Amino acid sequence: MSKILLLQGNQAVVEGAIAAGVKFFGGYPITPSTEIAESLAERLPLVGGKFIQMEDEIASMGAIIGASLTGKKVMTATSGPGFSLKQELIGYACAAEIPLVIVNVQRVGPSTGQPTSPSQGDIMQARWGTHGDHWLIAITPASVPECFELTLRAYALSEKYRVPVILLMDEVIGHMREKIELPDNYDEIPQAERKQPDCAPADFKAYAADESLVPPMPPFGNGYRWHVTGLVHDETGFPKGAGSATKAAADRQYHKLYDHLDDIVQVENYCMEDAEYAIVAFGGAARTAYEAVDMARKEGIKAGLLRPITIWPFAENEIQKLAGKVKGILVHELNRGQYVYEVERAAAGKVPVYSYAKYDNEPATPAQLLAEFKKAMAL
Amino acid sequence: MSMEQLIDKYFRPGRLPHIWCPGCGNGIVTGAIVKAIDKLALEKDSVAVISGIGCSSRASGYLDFNTVHSAHGRALPVATGVKLADPSLNVVVVTGDGDATAIGGNHLIHAARRNIDMTVVLYNNSIYGMTGGQYSPMTPYGSKATTAPYATIEHDFDIAELAKAAGATFVARATTFHTQLLVDLIAKGIQHKGFSIIEAVSACPISFGRQNKLGGPADMMKWQRDHAVMLPAWNKLTEEQRSGKFPIGLLYEVTDRKEYTEAYDELIARAQGGNK
Ligand SMILES: Cc1ncc(C[n+]2csc(CCOP(=O)(O)OP(=O)(O)O)c2C)c(N)n1
Repeated sequence: MSKILLLQGNQAVVEGAIAAGVKFFGGYPITPSTEIAESLAERLPLVGGKFIQMEDEIASMGAIIGASLTGKKVMTATSGPGFSLKQELIGYACAAEIPLVIVNVQRVGPSTGQPTSPSQGDIMQARWGTHGDHWLIAITPASVPECFELTLRAYALSEKYRVPVILLMDEVIGHMREKIELPDNYDEIPQAERKQPDCAPADFKAYAADESLVPPMPPFGNGYRWHVTGLVHDETGFPKGAGSATKAAADRQYHKLYDHLDDIVQVENYCMEDAEYAIVAFGGAARTAYEAVDMARKEGIKAGLLRPITIWPFAENEIQKLAGKVKGILVHELNRGQYVYEVERAAAGKVPVYSYAKYDNEPATPAQLLAEFKKAMAL
Repeated sequence: MSMEQLIDKYFRPGRLPHIWCPGCGNGIVTGAIVKAIDKLALEKDSVAVISGIGCSSRASGYLDFNTVHSAHGRALPVATGVKLADPSLNVVVVTGDGDATAIGGNHLIHAARRNIDMTVVLYNNSIYGMTGGQYSPMTPYGSKATTAPYATIEHDFDIAELAKAAGATFVARATTFHTQLLVDLIAKGIQHKGFSIIEAVSACPISFGRQNKLGGPADMMKWQRDHAVMLPAWNKLTEEQRSGKFPIGLLYEVTDRKEYTEAYDELIARAQGGNK
């Protein structure tokens, strides 16, 4: 049985978290993400989970890292300024390979910016915000139902690959209310499982991986007594100073994700079958793009939308294919231009790539986007 | 148990020798933690040792428990997550004076305020050891450091007073000279239900002692002997007599302040019973 509700994107994330089996949330309030914390403060105790409001976003990251080590599914939620504060420990979680989910409901920045206005300004921060070589996953929903689905997917990916997953939202999607159909109870929703060691504790090497390159991760307290560190470590998990260890760790952490792009990278193609011109847009900006494509089609223009659902790793193959198919690509994003450079790089000069960057607190209207599209494609 | 037996039982095979300099007090403090755990006969699987970054924080890697060597200053938030998510674990936090009171100072007062059940062992060597001798918030006023070539003009924290004011329910201090006291206090701290902190005054002959002409490791331990005063004796001293000295022992303990994870379990029961 299912129920039909009218929910905000942020509330759908909360439903997704409960359905995914999240049992721990550590956070610090910040607009436009606060509803997630408020709602989980109420919901988690009802399912035997724990909510804690930490003293800042650094502490929130620390707390979810600690909770994840006990085997729990964990979440934190924030926006730009808090996301910046979390960065050092996001790198720690990449290095120590700790599954966790960070929701970033983006707002205008830099600094305090425009706290209540929509933006997609953290595209690059999501990828490169922490120091050093690292690899992680960022996914971005474009509707309220997708907030629910992608929250579940965030846990599936995070647990499978032992990697931080960033649910990269924007204010448009976080605060928008939409119809969503949810199961009456979540018991039948498949729960992401963390791989467990099949050897005896005495033989356990905490970071030794099989061909999946993802090491098993037993919870604290069950006999394996392993060591977690952000220092470069070898397969024992203990610090290792050799350059070969640095390289081996980086290579494994890269390949554990980038050998599985088919599994990780998702895009949606809308009206792309016969499209001659394409818009690339994601999250809140994609909402405008669906309509702009419909309007263009009514005018007889063969327009289509490629919507990246996975932002990182970058949809390299999909954009390359797109560049081999259409005559021009317009990237529409709510920032001064970030994702467009990646698209340009992947298109590699095969077709012109244009940018419609919107960064004046307001999402574009479909008419504005269509006008920019026609201008760029000289239609 | 002899130290050899303790090492066999509680230190990870193949992880020694440690990185600490000759004469460093960190080994004594780490030994005291292990002796306290042994005294309480805790199951190794039930203990989580969580450290920050610094010389002292390297202790976690040597010990055969569930261990985390976290980021600089962040041991307490990680420990808070571990303890709240699995209250059955005995959580011990290993931290340095800089780790706990500079970069991690905010976390320290908030973990104390929550009165979450864990035991912090603060290795106070009066200096940033790992980075080679810069001053910390606990470097004694007027000391030299590589970043205080003209001596510090910053006043140092009395961590016991700070922790007490912030809400810690067990506050103690010992030195690496008074090792039996240190072991007893750590054991009592672990048994205490709530946030306990034990300051372990320790010597860093290389990065603190040398700059301040305090002599070798033995001289620095004699200094501890001559300047630390057991609490009952301390209580009888005049202000004047106390000058330059510091009290050791169990300085403060209360048992009537609700512990956080216990309070959380009650909250869950209330929420599930339908009461707000
Ligand atoms: C974010 C960050 N800032 C600075 C450092 C450099 N750093 C490493 S250890 C340390 C100070 C350690 O001093 P203390 O906590 O007193 O521990 P000790 O080494 O004396 O045991 C510093 C500043 C770091 N690792 N991370």
